Parts: sequence; C-alpha cells; structure tokens
Amino acid sequence: MDSLSAHSEPKTKAEAANTSAQGSAEGSAPVWLAALLPAALTVGLSFALPTVAQGDTIRIAYDWVPSLGVSLSFLVDGLSLTFALLIAGIGTVILLYSGSYLAGHPRLGRFTFYLLSFMVSMLGLVLADNLITLFVFWELTTITSYLLIGFDHASAKARRSALQALLLTGAGGLALLAGLILLGLTAGSFELSAIIAQGDAVRAHELYLPILVLVLIGAFTKSAQVPFHFWLPNAMAAPTPVSAYLHSATMVKAGIYLLARMHPVLSGTDAWIWSLTLFGAVTAVWASILALRQTDLKLALAYTTVMALGTLTMFLGAEATVAVAAAVTFLIVHSLYKAALFLVIGNIDHATGTREVGQLRGLARFMPVTAIAAAAAALSMAGFPPFLGFIGKELKYEGALAIASEPLLVAGAAVLANALMVAVAGIVALRPFYGGEPATPRRPHEAPLRQWIGPAVLAALGLTFGIAPSLIADSLVQPAVSAILGRPETVKLALWHGVNLPLLLSLFTFALGLLIYAGHLRIRRRLAALGERLPLTGDTAWDRLLDGVKALAAIQTDLLQSGVLRRYLFTIFVSFALLVGASLVITGALRPPTAWPELMVKHWVVVALIVAGACMTTVAYSRLAAVCALGVVGVGVALLFVMFGAPDVAITQLLVETLVVVLVAVAMLRLPSLRPDSARPNRRRDATLAVAVGVVVSATLLAVTEAPFDRSITTYFEQTSVPEAFGRNIVNVILVDFRALDTFGEVAVVAVAAIAAFALIRGAARGGRP
Amino acid sequence: MKSLILSAATRLLVALMLLFSVYMLLRGHNDPGGGFIGGLIAGIGFALYAMAHGTEAARRALRLDPGVIAMLGLGIALLAGLWSALVGDAPFTGQWWFIGAEEGDKGLPLSTVLLFDIGVYLVVVGAVLTLVLTLEEEV
Repeated sequence: MDSLSAHSEPKTKAEAANTSAQGSAEGSAPVWLAALLPAALTVGLSFALPTVAQGDTIRIAYDWVPSLGVSLSFLVDGLSLTFALLIAGIGTVILLYSGSYLAGHPRLGRFTFYLLSFMVSMLGLVLADNLITLFVFWELTTITSYLLIGFDHASAKARRSALQALLLTGAGGLALLAGLILLGLTAGSFELSAIIAQGDAVRAHELYLPILVLVLIGAFTKSAQVPFHFWLPNAMAAPTPVSAYLHSATMVKAGIYLLARMHPVLSGTDAWIWSLTLFGAVTAVWASILALRQTDLKLALAYTTVMALGTLTMFLGAEATVAVAAAVTFLIVHSLYKAALFLVIGNIDHATGTREVGQLRGLARFMPVTAIAAAAAALSMAGFPPFLGFIGKELKYEGALAIASEPLLVAGAAVLANALMVAVAGIVALRPFYGGEPATPRRPHEAPLRQWIGPAVLAALGLTFGIAPSLIADSLVQPAVSAILGRPETVKLALWHGVNLPLLLSLFTFALGLLIYAGHLRIRRRLAALGERLPLTGDTAWDRLLDGVKALAAIQTDLLQSGVLRRYLFTIFVSFALLVGASLVITGALRPPTAWPELMVKHWVVVALIVAGACMTTVAYSRLAAVCALGVVGVGVALLFVMFGAPDVAITQLLVETLVVVLVAVAMLRLPSLRPDSARPNRRRDATLAVAVGVVVSATLLAVTEAPFDRSITTYFEQTSVPEAFGRNIVNVILVDFRALDTFGEVAVVAVAAIAAFALIRGAARGGRP
Repeated sequence: MKSLILSAATRLLVALMLLFSVYMLLRGHNDPGGGFIGGLIAGIGFALYAMAHGTEAARRALRLDPGVIAMLGLGIALLAGLWSALVGDAPFTGQWWFIGAEEGDKGLPLSTVLLFDIGVYLVVVGAVLTLVLTLEEEV
C-alpha cells in the first residue's frame, strides 16, 4: 500500500515555522517580488477577456523549424484563456504563500525558480498552437514538476515519488509525441487552429485509432486516471504549496486540457465516448473511495483530486453542450476550492506540526480566519448553494442526464462521487476545526497574513462566482465550451433552475454524503482492513516493474560487457565479416574483376613485402618482433601510396606508423610476454576469422573499383583549387579550406581522444582499475 | 634509456626535425605537407627527445603542457573558422591577404587557412605528446 504518512514535510520546515512564527521573514523578499510576475501575467491575460468573450481568438506565431512545420505559435481562445488565467492567478497566490510557508528555507530561491519555471511551462502548454510546441512545453512541465516533487531531495521517499512521476508522465509523453506526429501528418498541418477544422477527415482516417490511443495514454498518465493514478498521491511528498499548485490546479489538468483541446478533432466516435466515460467514471468512484480511507488530510485531498480528474474526463467524453459546460464549470470550481483547501492544510500542518485527522480537533478557536476560508472552500467542494460548487454540481447532473449513450452510468458515478466528496469535505475542512480539543505536537496558532490571504481570496471567489455566475459565464465558460466543441455555443449559469431532476439528485447527494460522513470512521476501518489484503493502488506493481527493468539491464550487461578486450574485438570482427560479406552476396556486388591491371616488378616487390610482414606478425613469438613486422606492412602500404601518386597520404602513413611503433614499444614494457602454448586452442579460430575479414575487405575493394568512378568532385577540386583557394596541393586545400569544418571536427576528436587516453592511463596507474 | 650516441645525435636531429616540421607546415598548401604532417614530425621529434633525455627534460623543453598546446591549437583553428563568420562569409571560408602584391608578383600570401593549419599542427603536436609522455611516465 502507499507508504505515505503525515509529517512528510521537509525537516527544515520546523525551522521555517519558527522563523515565520516570530513574524520575521528575512530573505523572503525576493519571493514576494516573484509573485509580481504571475500577477502581471494575470492582469495581462485578462485584457484578452473582452476579445475572447466575443468569440474571437488571438494568434501569435514565430518560425522555429519551418522545414518541419514547427513554429512557435500561440493561440488565445476561450479554452486556453480559462486555463491560463487559472494558472497565472493561482500561481500568484501560491508564490505569495510559499514565500511565507518556506521562509528561512536555505533553498527558497531555488524553489521559487522551479515554481516560476513550472508556471511558464504550463502557460506555454495551454497557449501553444503548434503540436510540437505543445509537446515541448508538456515535457517541460514533466521535468519541472520532477524538480518540485523531489525538492526535498534528502528524503528517499521524495526522490522515489519524483522519479515515479517523471517516468510515468514521461512515458505517457512519448506516446503523446507519437500521437501528435501522426495527427499532424494525418491532418496535414501541425497548427492546432488548422487541425481543429479537419475533425471529420481525421476521424475518417485509418490512423484515427492509433492517434486516439496514443493521445489518450499521454492524457491519462498526466491526469492520473486509473490505472496510472498512483503517482499523484505519492507526489504529495512535495512541499504543500507545490501540491496545491501542481496537483490540484495545473499540471494534472494538463491531460484534461489536452482532451478538451482534442475534443473537436477526435471526439464523437464510440472509441472516444467509451474510453473517456469508462476510465473517467472508474477513476472518479475509485478515487473517492480511496479518499475516505486516508487519515492524512493532504492524502485525502490528493485522492479527491484524482476523483475530480476522473469526473472531468468522464464529462469530456460527451458531445452534449451542457455536459461540456459542466466540465468547464467544474474545472474552475475545483481549481479554486482545491488550491484553497491545500493551502489551508498547509497552514494546519505549519501551525500544529501534524496532518493526522485523529489529532486535529477544535482548531477554529486558534485559527479563525483559516477556519472560515476552509469552511467556504469545503462548502463549494460539497456543492452547497450559493457557492459556485453548487452550480457546478447541478450542471454535472444536468449534463449526465443529457448524455445520450449512457446517462445512468454517468449520473450514477457522478452522484456517488459527489456524495463521497461531501463526506470528504466534512472530514478535511470541518472536522479538524470544530468540536474536541487539539492533541497536536505544537500549540496551534493563526497563520500569518500571507498564508491566509490566498485561501481566503480563492474561497471568496468561489462564493462570488456562485452568487454572480454571470461574471464568468459569458467571458470564460461560454468561450471555453465553444472552443471545446468547435462551434459557437450559448451557456447560461444560474443558481436556481427550478425544481427538477438535478435538484432532487442534489438533495439525495447531500443526504447520502452526510450519511457517509456520519459513518466515515467505521468505513475507514473497513477499508483499511481491506487495503491490507488487496492491492488497492498500482504502487507495488510499479516497484516490481522497476525491479524487473533493473534485473533485465543487469542480465544484458553481464551478457554483452565481458570486459575482455579480446572478446570485444572478436565480436566486432565477426559482425563486420558477416554483415559486410552477407550484403556483398545479397546485393550481387560480388563480381570477379574484368581486367587485371598491369603490375610492374616494383609493385610485386612491395606486395611481397606486405605479405611477408603480415605473415611474420602472425607467427612472431615476441611482441617487439610482431610490432616491427606490422611496421613493415605499414611501410609497404606507404610505398604503394608513393607509387600511385599520393605523397601526402604516404608521408602521414609513414609518420603514424613510426609513432605507433614508439607507443606500442613503450606500452609493451608492461604487457606479459606472448605465451603461444596457452593460446593454442584459440589460434585456429582466430586465424579463420582473420582470413575471413581479409577476404571480405579484399572483395569489397575489388567490387568498389569495378564500379564506374564518378570524377565530378575530383574535377571540381582540380579546377577550383588554384583560382579559388590559391593552393596547388589539392589534398591539403581540401583539408584546410574546402572541408575545413570536417577537419576542425577531426582535430577536436584528436584532442578529446588524447585527453581520454591521458585520463585512462593516469587513472590506471594511480590505483584505479588496471 | 642512457645512450651517449642517441643523446648526442638527438640534439642535432630534434632541432632539424622541428625546423623541418615548420617547413612542411608552411609548404603544405602547394606541395606535400601541411599541418597534420608537420605536427606529426614535431611530435615524433619531441618523443625522440623524451626517449634520449627523459620526459622531465622533454616537458621543460616544451615549456607548455601538451594538453594546453592541443587546446590552444583547437582554439586557433576555431578562431580561423569564426574569422570569416565575423566578416560576413560562411564560417571556415578562407580569407586571404596578399601583402605587398604588385603586377606579376603576388607578394606575401597570408590567410586564415594558414592560421587554421597552424591550429591543426598544434593540436596534433599536443595530442601526440600527451599520449607519448603520459605513457612513458606511467608505464
């Protein structure tokens, strides 16, 4: 089962608490200032509201890799603006909060940098108009969230959770990349604004199903749908402001954003409807049950986030306007109350030193403002009027009933999940504050201003939008719904819809929720007992998978990396002889030479010299003799170069040959003497291989010389060498002028090789491995 | 290796080899030679010196660490390549100056190509000597 418990905050937090408890927050001024960036972004983005409310969009594009159809283009429409405003707005609150929450933390600056980087990646993701740009930002959110979850890097649990999130969402990201490329090729454009118009063509294409599956894998891993849900609760190892930001309002919603963005292109088919409805419904119900089980407030909230993501997925599976409107409204509702509740729990943890529900009672007397904010957020979460949550819930029921394919399933899942939400809202935000006496490690106290203002504002927004839903209905919800459905829609939000089926369902939900709340202690015990016998999360399976991968890596390393140079060379030469030999035979390039060139006596002499040197090398019993014999072969080849008019190559060959002899002679002082007797069993095998390699190389060279020789490049160099490069030695002119960039690369390799050899020799001599 | 003949001959030989290496470097554009060959000759010269007089003496004679020489050469080659980029041509395009050129006399030809070749020369000298000297010292 999940190994998380309360007290999972960084150790340094105790110190942090002390500093801020004294009211001093030295060194947190820069974090204060950092909140100005998201604040400015929020204001800037809100200037786009009137344009978007009229149904228009804003598009900004720069060329990036035009040859691949990749551009740095951004699109502001209802959908992206809704997300961007949530990201920037909640980002302001979070930065303000974390400056106080982590005050005095030695790595506060780094934390702020990570948080801002994450925010920018997230904004890029939701505003991107190009599929590849979208993917790049998608991966950036994965990487920055890895840094944030593993921020407390001294804790093994934080590292494990960070890696788990990275691997899972990263794997999903790879699937997404494949899906996006297929989509781009199918639609003939990588610009989302162009692809959206191609919906019918894409749905009719034979690649539709692969595209859908790949995109869904990406979205489901990012948004923690069952069976990939387990990384999200584990990610609670991050500091609470991170959980509030990433795992409630933003990163996990990236998958939801993707589904919404792809809605006009991919939705409407049976595959889309069923996969989203089923995965979403299962996730919603399963996660709300798991949420009841938790005794750690933060974990309970984490599971309700998974539940919310499931609900959003479920509603995005639908085509009906009211269902999509329910999804958009619930998205806003959820972001507001969930971020507020996470921050409230951060305050509780900060003030009392624990997040265990059993110890937390009667806190309202000590932290009244936090209690009010918590109550307001929880009422919105539970869906009580006049909060925005109520409107969201009514819309959900209306939307569920409007879904043509499976209204009973969706409505049933929504009612059950909402009833459980009512119970969890009570457990998380009401029970700790009222009744009984706190039994906490520290005496509770009210959080400082910068820590309660954020949750208070977010909760107040939930109330304001509930009383006056027209504030967001025309400017955000309606344009977002239109963008998701790809057609202009009219959406009206209102608190009172009259007495109808959704209202009755709402009342039933409250009753069921209160019932569950009343019995939640007993239910939790049952679930905990059940959880010990059944694997309720994929966590153990994940560990087994990772262990399996490591074991496989160990096996194949043992198999391939023997560490014996002789064996490596053997493998290389066998592969070379087989591959080149086989391709010679298969392609039919192997032809006997048509004409033997006229060879003069001096040529024969040199050939005899080379053959003699080669034979000598193989039979020499002394290393020195073998090296010298090899030198004879080298000199012979150099002589051939001289005879056929390549003096530069010949000189280089001679000099290198000289150097090799010097180097080998020096190295030989340390090598054991050749012992022919012990090596005898291998000699026949080695000889066969040597002959085979020789035959293959000779055959290749003969085949090459048989092919017609293209002189065009040679002619070009001969004609331009003197007039353009002022040099008569064509070889050198090619090296330093025509192909200077290549030469530069080669000398860089020479220098790097020398450094590597230096390190190897020094390392081996200075007590390293021999 | 203590050999009177070798050490006496080396004094003359190494000086000649170094001179020859520079000659090969400079003539390379029109006749067989060039930075690579010149660098190899100079490298072998110093390797010979190290054999006759020891690596300590060779390092003193070099004045700079061979690794530094190699990196210096790489830097010079890069500079020669970027020069043309700075004046607006594609990188590594040769830039030529004919000092004192008159009718029928092309004067003293200088170029970034020569600078590049000098860089190659230094990289080869540095790399070869890094290898030879380290091997001799450690093995």
